[in-house]
Amino acid sequence: MKILVCISHVPDTTSKINFTEGDTKFDTNGVQFVINPNDEFGLTRAMWFKEKQGASVDVVNVGGPETEPTLRKALAIGADAAIRVNTEAVDGATVAKQLAKVVTDGGYDLVIAGRESIDYNGGMVPGMLAAMTGANFVTNCISLEIDGTNAKAVREIDGGKETVSTSLPLVIGGQKGLVEESDLRIPNMRGIMMARKKPLTIVEPVDANVETKSTGFEKPAPKGAVKLVDAENIDELVNLLHNEAKVI
Amino acid sequence: MSVIVYTESEKGKFKKVAFEVVSYAKAIADKMGTSVTAIAVNAENPESLGNYGASKVLAVNDDSLNVFNAKKYASAIEQATKQENANVVVLSSSADSKYLAPILAVGLEAGYVSNVVEVPSNTAPFTVKRTAFTNKAFAHTEINTEVKLIGLSNNSFGLVESGGSASVETFTPNIPDSGVTVESVDKATDKVSIADAEVVVSGGRGLKGPENWALIEDLAEVLNAATACSKPVSDLGWRPHSEHVGQTGKPVASNLYIAIGISGAIQHLAGINSSKVKVVINTDPEAPFFKAADYGIVGDAFEVVPVLTEKLKAFKAQNA
Repeated sequence: MKILVCISHVPDTTSKINFTEGDTKFDTNGVQFVINPNDEFGLTRAMWFKEKQGASVDVVNVGGPETEPTLRKALAIGADAAIRVNTEAVDGATVAKQLAKVVTDGGYDLVIAGRESIDYNGGMVPGMLAAMTGANFVTNCISLEIDGTNAKAVREIDGGKETVSTSLPLVIGGQKGLVEESDLRIPNMRGIMMARKKPLTIVEPVDANVETKSTGFEKPAPKGAVKLVDAENIDELVNLLHNEAKVI
Repeated sequence: MSVIVYTESEKGKFKKVAFEVVSYAKAIADKMGTSVTAIAVNAENPESLGNYGASKVLAVNDDSLNVFNAKKYASAIEQATKQENANVVVLSSSADSKYLAPILAVGLEAGYVSNVVEVPSNTAPFTVKRTAFTNKAFAHTEINTEVKLIGLSNNSFGLVESGGSASVETFTPNIPDSGVTVESVDKATDKVSIADAEVVVSGGRGLKGPENWALIEDLAEVLNAATACSKPVSDLGWRPHSEHVGQTGKPVASNLYIAIGISGAIQHLAGINSSKVKVVINTDPEAPFFKAADYGIVGDAFEVVPVLTEKLKAFKAQNA
């Protein structure tokens, strides 16, 4: 089984978000970039398929050279090879088009992406990729088993979960639950050394029309001060929620 | 040229988000000088969408669609969009709508923007405001394709009753085969989900252990609220992952969010930031949550919450 894990290069969850150039660009100054957490759960599940079922695992990112340390980290965790599509990730659709080419050329059976990236939160790349390549698709996936070409997956739905059966080729939108937080791997020295020797192939992008374009950003308006209520005077809180906030 | 909107139902009853997306679609249609067509699948009383601004409802009645399937539903909406020659398609941010949206976008060759929070500021170029960086910011995004697909962030627009009426037409799309089959659905029917809840009551490590969760559940019951938890609580296994809210968990966009024993890490606050009113109860007055909340009580959850539950019970009884 050939697995491709899509890796988004995103600001660490603790990052302060700021913008530059007249609020048109994300300010990367001082920001630590990491593997998108939803992708990391998928990568770790892919490692399980590699170790238990003999799958091969490649990782891919669509982005400039600055994303390579993130791909190297994925190699250090245990992926076999990395691919970087050398173009700016403008929007979800352009990223999906680039990935579709990689998936078709590489003949991958299973593609695991995060259900969404934690920067732009579009939540569209895995579904678009599945539709473009004609693969089956399960998102918000919290459990995945593969047996031959058959797959059993669990999808989180609003207020519960559903179990589905499907088959390869398959695209997964993964999240926590695919593996547990405690299963995530921190690259060790040996992994980091080996990652330096693993192939990282740079491929040039295919033409893709830009369908959506972010022209500016803003931060939420600063919040007013909290209204403190005395712990001995809970009636006051009920009163405020009813008469002032009007939420009860 | 028209606006088409997919309206979700469950066991034949429209969900609240269905009325919200129709209200929102109506606002866009007014701006464009056109009308709203809704598509409803196996829903009772489709004409009721007229009250929120739909002029026409395409009613699909097909037993093979009783269980949600992203590919089949996307195909039905795609066919409806093409039949109506619609150039704006509106969906909600439910798990199901977010599942089908990218498939629909590819089928319609439509530019898709999710997590949209306002009516488009401009229709040429078509520009929408959406959340980004998990609610730490907003982006203004242009959609440059002929057909535009918008995923509306839940609870960002609200319901607007216009008192209109809608004509209902039967619509019979060709349903394609899907390679994904639902084997079983495991859903608590007596509990309100975090996505649909008007009120969410959430607990953190300050509750000291899973055995104390009755505190959260009792309060949630009085408020008909969903229960949620912080990341450490789910990582410790005190509560299921499905209750984890925050940047890597579920987003919350409720009217009221009550955080109990949660300090308010930046990742947690990002995930719940879209909630309209936030209340924090924490022993530590320095907890970062107090900077993000509207109302706060510095106090011990084990003393404050039972009193709050009783007071709310009395309040509800009085105002029932």
